Amino acid sequence: MVQHLTDLTETASQTAGPYVHIGCTPNFAGIEGIYKEDLGRQPYPEDAPGERITITGQVLDGLGVPLRDVMLESWQAGADGTFGPGAQGFARLAADQETGIWTLNTIKPGRVGNQSPHIALWIVARGINIGLQTRLYFEGDDHSDDPVLNRIEHRDRVRTLMARPEGQATWRFDIRLQGDGETVFLDI
Amino acid sequence: MTLLPRNRAAHPVPYAPGYKSSVPRSPRLPLLSLPTRATEETGPVFGHDLLGEHDNNLILNFTGTPAIGERVILHGRVMDQFGRPVPGALIEIWQANAGGRYRHKKDGYLAPLDDNFGGCGRTITDEAGAYEFLTIRPGAYPWPNGVNDWRPAHVHFSLFGPSFGQRLITQMYFEGDPLIARCPIVATIPDPQAVDRLVAPLDMTRALPMDCLAYRFDIVLRGQRQTMFENRPEGF
Repeated sequence: MVQHLTDLTETASQTAGPYVHIGCTPNFAGIEGIYKEDLGRQPYPEDAPGERITITGQVLDGLGVPLRDVMLESWQAGADGTFGPGAQGFARLAADQETGIWTLNTIKPGRVGNQSPHIALWIVARGINIGLQTRLYFEGDDHSDDPVLNRIEHRDRVRTLMARPEGQATWRFDIRLQGDGETVFLDI
Repeated sequence: MTLLPRNRAAHPVPYAPGYKSSVPRSPRLPLLSLPTRATEETGPVFGHDLLGEHDNNLILNFTGTPAIGERVILHGRVMDQFGRPVPGALIEIWQANAGGRYRHKKDGYLAPLDDNFGGCGRTITDEAGAYEFLTIRPGAYPWPNGVNDWRPAHVHFSLFGPSFGQRLITQMYFEGDPLIARCPIVATIPDPQAVDRLVAPLDMTRALPMDCLAYRFDIVLRGQRQTMFENRPEGF
C-alpha cells in the first residue's frame, strides 16, 4: 500500500465553550494575579505609523441576538501592508458582557499585494464547534482587484465583509452567524 | 508556505442538533474555499519572555498555596501533519476545578470553588515541540443541554502555530472516562478516530511516585506545503 505523504490528521477542534475568557482573557474574566495583562490588548503601539481607527461590532446568532460570550481575534498587516514582528497586528477581543459589542482600536491596514486592506477575524464561542474565519474590508476602498472578494459568487454577499464608516475614523462591522445577511466565512 | 487545506471530515460538524447551542450559532451557507495567502500564513509570535515562573503550574499559579485535587502532569508534543515538531507554539489551557466548578460568575454549579485554583495556565513548546503542564484533574459536571447531560472531565486547549490559519481550540479528555461516550459536545465529531485522538492515555512513564499521575496529549496542527526558494530557508 502506498504511504500517504501527510501521515497525520489535524487534531479535531472542539467548541471554546462558555468560559473561553478564563483561559484567553483571564483578567477580563476576573481572574487576576496570574498574568500581568491579557494577551492581545492592543494590536499596535500608540506610536506605530498609520491612521488610527476604531471598529465596533456585534456577533449575531440566527435569531439576531448578540453573542455576549464571544471571543474574537484579529490579525492584520500594518499601514505599509506588511506583517510586523512578534505579536504586532494581533488583538484579542472580548465582547461587552451586557451588549455583546466588541471594539478594536487599531491602524488601518495597507494593501497586501493585490489584496484590498483587510483584517482577518477568528471567532469562537459556545455553540461554535470550529472557529470561524472571516475578513473585514472597508467600504469605499477600491476592491476591484481583491482575489478573495472576487471569488464570492453571490455578489450581494460581498457587503457582509464590508465595515461601514460611522464618523471620523470609526467603523462598524457586524457578523451574522446564520440567516438573513449571513456573513461569508472562509474555508482557509 | 501554503497551508494544506483543512480536512473538515476530521472536525466536528458545525450544525449538531444534539449540542443545542450550535443550532442558532452555525453558518448554514457553504464556506468560501480559498488557498491561503500571507494573511493566513503569518501569525503572532509569542516569546518565552511572556511567561512567568508558574504559568504552566495550575496547582500553584493562582495563590501559591496548592490547589485541592488529584495532581496530574499533562504533556505531549505539538506537530504538524508531516510529523514535524512545532517549536514556539503558545498553548493556553483552562478548566474546572476538582469538583467540576469553573471560576466564573456564570457557573452556578453547586460544587465549591477552590480558593487556590484559578483554572488557567500557559506555556510555549520547546525545540522538539514538547510541552508540560502541572494541574489538578478537573471534575465532571452537569450542564443544561439535555435533562441529565454531563461533561466528561476535560481541559480546554488553545494553540497558536506560526500561522493564523493554524489557529485551533480543542478539548482534551482522560482515558477511561465513561462520560466521553455520552457527551453531546464530543459527539459533534463524526469520526470515532478523531474522537480517540482527543483522549489522552495515562502515561506512567512520566508519573511522579507519591506525587502525580501523567497523561499524554499529542496535538497535530495543519501542515504547510513546503516550497524551496533560493533566497529563504525552508519554512520561512
